[in-house]
Order: sequence, then structure tokens, then C-alpha cells
Amino acid sequence: MNITRKTFLRGLTTATLAAGLMMTTSAMAQAKEMRIAVVVKALGIGFFDAVDKGAEKAASELGDVKIIYTGPTNTTAEGQIQVINSLIAQHVDAIAISANDQDALVPVLKKAMKRGITVISFDSGVAKAGREMQLDDSSTPLIGKTLIKMAADNMPDGGEVAVLSASATATNQNAWIDAMKIAMKADYPKIKLVSVVYGDDLSDKSYRQAQGLIKKYPDLKTIIAPSTVAISAASQAVEDAKMTGKINVTGLGLPSQMAAHVKTGASKSFALWNPIDLGYAATMVAYNLAAKKAKAAPGAKIGMGKMGDTTLNKDNVGVMGKPFVFDASNVDKYAKMF
Amino acid sequence: MSRHLKSREALLLLAIVVMTGAIALRFPAFIAPLNLIGTFTDTSPLIILALGEMVVILCRCIDLSVAANLALAGMIAAMLDVAGVPLPLIILAAVAAGALVGAINGVLVWKLDIPPIVVTLGTMTIARGMIFVLSGGKWINDQALSGAFKGFPRAVVLGLPVLAWIAIAVVLVFVVLIRATPLGRAFFAVGGNPNAAVYTGIDVGRTQFWAFTLSGALAGLAGYLWISRYAVAYVDIANGFELDVVAACVIGGISIAGGAGSVAGAFLGALFLGITKNALPVIGVSPFWQMAISGAAILAAVAINARESRRPGRIILKSVEQTALEART
Repeated sequence: MNITRKTFLRGLTTATLAAGLMMTTSAMAQAKEMRIAVVVKALGIGFFDAVDKGAEKAASELGDVKIIYTGPTNTTAEGQIQVINSLIAQHVDAIAISANDQDALVPVLKKAMKRGITVISFDSGVAKAGREMQLDDSSTPLIGKTLIKMAADNMPDGGEVAVLSASATATNQNAWIDAMKIAMKADYPKIKLVSVVYGDDLSDKSYRQAQGLIKKYPDLKTIIAPSTVAISAASQAVEDAKMTGKINVTGLGLPSQMAAHVKTGASKSFALWNPIDLGYAATMVAYNLAAKKAKAAPGAKIGMGKMGDTTLNKDNVGVMGKPFVFDASNVDKYAKMF
Repeated sequence: MSRHLKSREALLLLAIVVMTGAIALRFPAFIAPLNLIGTFTDTSPLIILALGEMVVILCRCIDLSVAANLALAGMIAAMLDVAGVPLPLIILAAVAAGALVGAINGVLVWKLDIPPIVVTLGTMTIARGMIFVLSGGKWINDQALSGAFKGFPRAVVLGLPVLAWIAIAVVLVFVVLIRATPLGRAFFAVGGNPNAAVYTGIDVGRTQFWAFTLSGALAGLAGYLWISRYAVAYVDIANGFELDVVAACVIGGISIAGGAGSVAGAFLGALFLGITKNALPVIGVSPFWQMAISGAAILAAVAINARESRRPGRIILKSVEQTALEART
């Protein structure tokens, strides 16, 4: 009986071992399904919900990828650190993050990379030490080109355009306007930039500046507003001045903000990064890096699926592409998202 | 005293006329009737707020929370509109919300004796924070707002938009309030000489409380008007606008030391700022010069007011200083 019991026990152990082994192999089989965590600034933001949609699209295209969409409940770096710690514990294969703070997340992301997790940042980047690469929404020259192209598309005979920007010292806006001027000189000789004015990202001041432009330049055909506050204020001013159809407002804006102005005709088109594309591209990049199909190094080309390739610069920063143009045909669909 | 006040306002009116003329030389379309109406309409929220600020300053206090209060009431109005509340109730709620914040300012100044600048700096920050809490940091955009909500201030009655009529109505109410009611006189008494006011049976704290509540209620009204005019509500609406409001009062000759000022002064002060704001973009002055010009106008106004108010002889006992002053001027 003693012996039988021993045998039984041994048998049991073997069985457990076997079961354990089986579990391990099944876990290994599961591990082949790559788990990519998309960590966003905060949950419940329409823009990032759209990013998740894009990530899921990439996952279903790739087939063996599972997306873990997560983030803190409010936009804090501390919240993101907690989320990343739990992702490290789950040992996901890759983390794609839009950071609330470019420096505060570096230590925890370094820890993740040490454990063999691929880390990339997108949209709002992390400092160089805390990620393998950063995927920017767009680049300054591409934004400048898109701005002037949207204006030019609705004024085939050329004419006068004016810029209504944020503040005179806003670095981003000034760089975009300079890039726009370069593109304008090269490709659109018939367009004349008559004025650059500043609304300081205040809706009342932007509105007043737009009114000033309308009054001062009777032949003005387009107001280009590369700021979310300025573009809606300018559209409102054009509508109130009953100049809809004569003056077109374009620039960078959110679909939810601009949908009504597109409907009235004050704005024919405007642009912003498409969050669905961004989620898709970030997932593709994370997959390619985690699957060792590409390596993040200066000059490297990394595939973004249908979106083509991105080439990294010396800081390992890649660019997704041109800003996405919204017009009457698609603005309602996106207005529900962000 | 009243002769001096009148001359001060006449001076400001003259400055406005000269300035408008100078602008017209560079940009003739500025004095087209339609453009002048547009400029007046654009200045309406500032006029409304300046009148509220005026009574607070008359009481030797200051209200720095007006712009934040405006933004909070505006956000509440926008959210009620999204929820489908009828317009009259929305306007009432915006005014009530503004008056509540004003009343809180008033109670803190009255009962706890905290300096008004500290109280209103605090409520300014709290109001901005509350907007974030209420809205979750999200914007309420044009398309979420109803047509009636946006259309009411824009509707044209007898050639003027309702927004301009509201400003005119507020000015008239203030003329009556200041000239014909005990409260209106009390504002001057409390600011001019608080000790004497107590002896005449005026409750200084209570008068200050009413000044703050009035200023708050007008900020609430302006909140609705602002959101409907610019068709967007978010946390940073009218950021820094409190300085414009105080500047309008100072330019209008409302003495920061309290007790001196007039409805016409606050009205003209607001109009002066409104005209510069509307004119500078069309005459093509660089944004940095625009700030410098606004600042210079404020300093010039204060300098003129300081000279003006020295003469009425408020310092009755220091006869030496008085004669020294006479000698200098």
C-alpha cells in the first residue's frame, strides 16, 4: 500500500508536471500571439478612442496581435507609471505610449526595455532615453505644404490669403507658417500672403483679428488659421460678416469643433492628424520592432503597413505622414470621435 | 467736484473722437455706420463688465474674478443649452451663477474682512478650476449649441443687435441706480470715507457685498453673451480679460482709491479700449506695438486723472502741501 501510494504520488507529480508542461507550451503558443499595449494620456478622450480603433485595425490585419488599450483616468504621469508597471508585470511584448510627461516616464520605460519589452512613443513623445523610437504625427514641412494646398485647392485663380495664428511667439505655429511660405513660393506663385495676424489663442481676440482681416482686405479669399482656437473664431467671424462663400477658412482644427462651420460653408476643408491612422501606424511600428523585423536606429526604415515606411532621424524620430484633410464628405464621421 | 468729473469725461470723449478721426484717416471704412455699430457691439461685454467693476472699485474694493466668473457662468449656460433647457431659463441661470460667485466674494470681504484682491484672486482660480471639473476639460463647440442660444444676441432690433441693446439697457439701469437709489449713493459714501459712512448709518460691509454681487451677476450675464457670440466654451475663455475691465474703469476715471467715478466714465473707458482693440488690427500695427499702445493709453489716463483729482482739495488739513501743489501747477 505504501508502495502503491508512492507510485500514485509519483504518478500524480508526473501528471502535474505534464500538466504544467502542457500549460507552459500552451502559454508559449499564446505568447506567439503578440501583445501590444497602447498607453494613452487618459481614458475617455475621443481622440485616443479613435487611436484604439486604428490599433485594432492593424491588429486584425496582422492576425496574431492582441491590443491592450489602457491608460490612467486623468492625464498624469504618475497614473501612466502605474499602468506601465502593471504592463511590465504582465510582460507584454510592446508598449506604444503617448506620454503625459516626456521626462517623468523615462525610468519606468527604461525598466520595461530592460525586461525585453519594445517601447515606442507616438503623438506626445518621451525623451530619447525612454523609448526606442518616437512616431510624430506629421512634420513641419508637411504641415506647411498641407496648409497652403488646402487654401490653393479652393482658389484656382490665385489671390490673397492671410494667416491668423496663435501668439506671435508660438514656436510650432511660426515654424508651420515659415514652411508654408516656402511651399507657397515654390508651388503657388499666384497666391499672395497679405498679412499674418495673431489672436493669442483667445477666441475674442482671434474673432476681432479675423474681422479686421475681412474689413481691411476686400479681396481676401482665404484665411489660414493653424490653431484650433483661431480656426473656429475665424469661421464664426466669416459667418457673422456674411462672407461665407467669398472667404474660405482653413487650417488646423478638430472635426467636432469645425463640423458646423463646414456645413455652413465657411470652411471648405481643414486638417489635423488622423488618430485612426496614428493608432494603426504606431501598432505596425511596435509590431515590426517587437518581431525583430526592423531595428530602431538612425536612418532605419520601419514599415507602417498600408501607410508606407517611416525613416528615423538622428534622434530616432519618425514621421507618420501628411496631416489628414477633413471636408464635408468625412467631417461628420470624425466629429463623433474627437 | 461734479464740474471736474464732467470735464474729465468730456476730455475722454474728445480723446475718443480724435482717435476715431485719426483711425479714419488711415482706414476710412472704420467710420462707416455699420462698422461703428459692429465696434460698439463688440465692446458690449466690456461695457457691462466695466459697470459692475465700477461699483466694486467705488467701494474701495477690486474684483479680479470677473473674467473667470464670466467663463464659469458661460460654461454653465452652454451645458444647460446642450441639455435642452429653454433660453430664458439659461440666461437666468447664468446671471444667478455669476451672482452667487459675486456674493461669495462679498461675504468673504464683509464677514471675514479678507482684502478684496486676495478674495477675488482666490475665487478667480476656483472658478477656472470649477469649469474644468464641470466640463471635464472638454470644449463645447459651435455645433453642440442650439440656434436660439447663438441667435439671440445676434438678432437685429431697430438697427442694432440685441447684444448692443443689452449693453445700453445695463447702462440706463446703472444711471438710475447711481443717481436715484440709496444703494447708489452708499457706494460713493463707502468708498469716499468709510468712517463717515458708518456715522451716517451705512453698513460698509453690506454695501461692499451688494457691489460684489452686482458685479458677479453682470459677469454671469456677460458669460452667456460671450459664449453665444464666439460660439465656443472652454476653460480658458476670456483669460486675462479682468485686466481689460479694470483698465476700462481706470481710463474712465474711476478712482482706484474709491469714492470717485461715474457711469459715463466707465462707459467711455470701455468704449475707448473697445475702439483701440477693433482699430489696431485694421490699421496694421504689429501685435507688440498694440500692447504698448494699450498700456500707454492706461498710463496717460491715470496720469491725467491723478492731476485732476489732486485739485478738488481732498486734503483739507494739510494746507502746506496744498499751497505747494498750487505753486507747482
